[in-house]
Amino acid sequence: MTPVINLRRIVFWAAVVVVFAILPVIFKQSFALSMLSQMGIAVIFALSYNMLLGQTGLLSFGHAVYFGLGAFFCAHALNFIGAGKLWFPVTLVPLIGGLAGLVFGLLFGFVTTRRAGTPFAMISLGIAEMVAASALMFTAFFGGEGGIATNRTSGGPMLGVSYGPQIQVYYLIAGWCVVSMMLMYALTWTPLGRMANAVRDNPERAKFVGYNPTRVRWLMMSLASFFAGIAGGLAAINYEIVTAEALGLVASGNVVLMAFIGGIGHFWGPIIGAVLITLLQSALSNYTQAWLLYFGLFFLVIIMFSPGGIANLVTLHNPVWRARLLGKLVPSYAIAAAAGSVMMLGFFALIEMIYHYEAKESATKAFSYFGVTLDPSTAAAWLGVFVVFGVGVALFYGATRIVRRAWDTLTPELQRQGAV
Amino acid sequence: MEFFLVTLLNSLSYGLLLFMLSSGLTLIFSMMGVLNFAHASFYMLGAYFAYQVGLHTGFWPALFLAPVIVGALGAATERFGLRTVHKFGHVAELLFTFGLAYVIEEVVHLIWGRAPVDYRIPAELDFTLFTLFTTQYPAYRGFMMLVSVAMLLGLYLLLTRTRIGLVIQASLSHPEMVESLGHNVPRVFMLVFAGGAALAGLAGVIGGNAFITEPGMAVAVGSIVFVVVVFGGMGSLAGAFIASLIIGAIQTFSVALDYSMLDLLAKIGISISRESAWHGLFSITVSQTAPVLPYMLMVLMLIVRPRGLMGTRET
Repeated sequence: MTPVINLRRIVFWAAVVVVFAILPVIFKQSFALSMLSQMGIAVIFALSYNMLLGQTGLLSFGHAVYFGLGAFFCAHALNFIGAGKLWFPVTLVPLIGGLAGLVFGLLFGFVTTRRAGTPFAMISLGIAEMVAASALMFTAFFGGEGGIATNRTSGGPMLGVSYGPQIQVYYLIAGWCVVSMMLMYALTWTPLGRMANAVRDNPERAKFVGYNPTRVRWLMMSLASFFAGIAGGLAAINYEIVTAEALGLVASGNVVLMAFIGGIGHFWGPIIGAVLITLLQSALSNYTQAWLLYFGLFFLVIIMFSPGGIANLVTLHNPVWRARLLGKLVPSYAIAAAAGSVMMLGFFALIEMIYHYEAKESATKAFSYFGVTLDPSTAAAWLGVFVVFGVGVALFYGATRIVRRAWDTLTPELQRQGAV
Repeated sequence: MEFFLVTLLNSLSYGLLLFMLSSGLTLIFSMMGVLNFAHASFYMLGAYFAYQVGLHTGFWPALFLAPVIVGALGAATERFGLRTVHKFGHVAELLFTFGLAYVIEEVVHLIWGRAPVDYRIPAELDFTLFTLFTTQYPAYRGFMMLVSVAMLLGLYLLLTRTRIGLVIQASLSHPEMVESLGHNVPRVFMLVFAGGAALAGLAGVIGGNAFITEPGMAVAVGSIVFVVVVFGGMGSLAGAFIASLIIGAIQTFSVALDYSMLDLLAKIGISISRESAWHGLFSITVSQTAPVLPYMLMVLMLIVRPRGLMGTRET
């Protein structure tokens, strides 16, 4: 058996630390820096969510509750520090968020984890609604509609770090992100992590082995809430304002999307999802009003055709890679990508046409689409878009067959090499 | 007394509307094991379709056409969406409906915009049904109750008195046996899903103009319907009925009550000064707690009786 701390792991985590350290050197713009900070928070949050969904099989629709409560507690803690009522290093403030998440995770988890599966999903949704509604009721703590504003520099400089510049906040987030990632990864190898998998796959057998599935779920949920609280605390420091939206249903839904699109079957799946979706959210929302729709459709496509998420698509190619046959797939993938982009081009144009046709505020309905001016009030534009979309669909359908044939020719070779 | 009776009537019409939604949801759930997150979205689509169809044909044809369209959409969802995802397990099915709810809301934004649409009560029903003491009771509320009760009776008769109803009931508990007797169970599933969606659509047609038709209506009512289903017991129609009426009453009454703990304490001669830390907590009125009450009730029910009011099984 390999020791817990072996060379491979040390090298891997050292590489992770180096990547986090040099990212802001490569992406220097303030826009990129704030996005990287956002990604770090999202990564912790999505990974903590996967402790529930991926590892314990608990589909929660209210995970943002613990994120949001952690954020609120941290915001108040920062304000207390600023007022001189509390002495606590700002660097460790996310820990307060984590503890808040842990306490509420223990509290709500006690009720919700008594059941698994679909009832758990509904109850988690009910709890989320309850907390979101309470947030607007108790204005002293949650700040009502305006939220709670705070100041991350209120701790004053400590060892030359004041958390005024964004770069310092980025390194704070990066540090917490690496530590959380390590802890969550380590947890998957503990007896608790293993039993969580057992409870997910077959609670009855886990019971026969002598473990209480409810207890295991409860523990996992509390720990997941702890990490969600840390992410929330970092968000409070990063944005310096926390509103009730942070614990709302939209935020909860968002983390489901991140984890699932990334892939819940692998530890690192949610990291892909968190990075990709943060990127898409800030990039797409600049270009189109319909980005939420694309987002939802993307999610549906992933569920219907690759329920293992993006991570699964990648690992699907592992045996091919090891057999050094990936080159044989590339031409068919290139064809599919080309055909797919024609289809997507037509589809996006169609959606944008509808949006601009419905937009009543602007005088002219014409808009620029990848350098081409489309006017939804003319029949020619509609016809053109439909033709592009139709041709794209036909091409893509043909391309999927080419990809399948490429795989079919590979399979005997893989079997001969014993790769699958 | 007047307040009590009028609020009771209002809560009854709202509760019956909730039952229209929860009956479909609980039927689909007990049959396919799928919790349909998009159920409230079908409710919203019902309202929007009725508005759109009503622009051309008036309210009465829309009352029949909109649920039919929504039902057809439901059938397509089951046939081309859920059936594909089914092999990946329940979590994937649940997430599929979750994603679908997301997409439907965005499509509604896309077509009808973000502002509420002007979907109105038809002029034929815009009169006072009767006057209770001094309150005029609108005829449309009575019409809502009438449609709900008719639907309730229809559903009951369909499930207990017809052949297809018996097949549906049998497929609830013994799908393999029904299949081996030569019935097409996947098609029964599709029909149930379509029927549930159509019921939600019908609720949207009659609820959309009584309340408000806007893109947020699905989210607003969706989680309440979940509460109803959990509270009443998963898969139990009778439980869903009782739970709908209870939740409807709680929501309607609590919104109308403007009392707080302070008032109660003042009645028994205790007053709390404004400076006290407890003042803020005790001054919250019942109407302010209205949005939280159903969820608190659900959590209480889960602690005391996890399978719900009339549920027979835990999951």
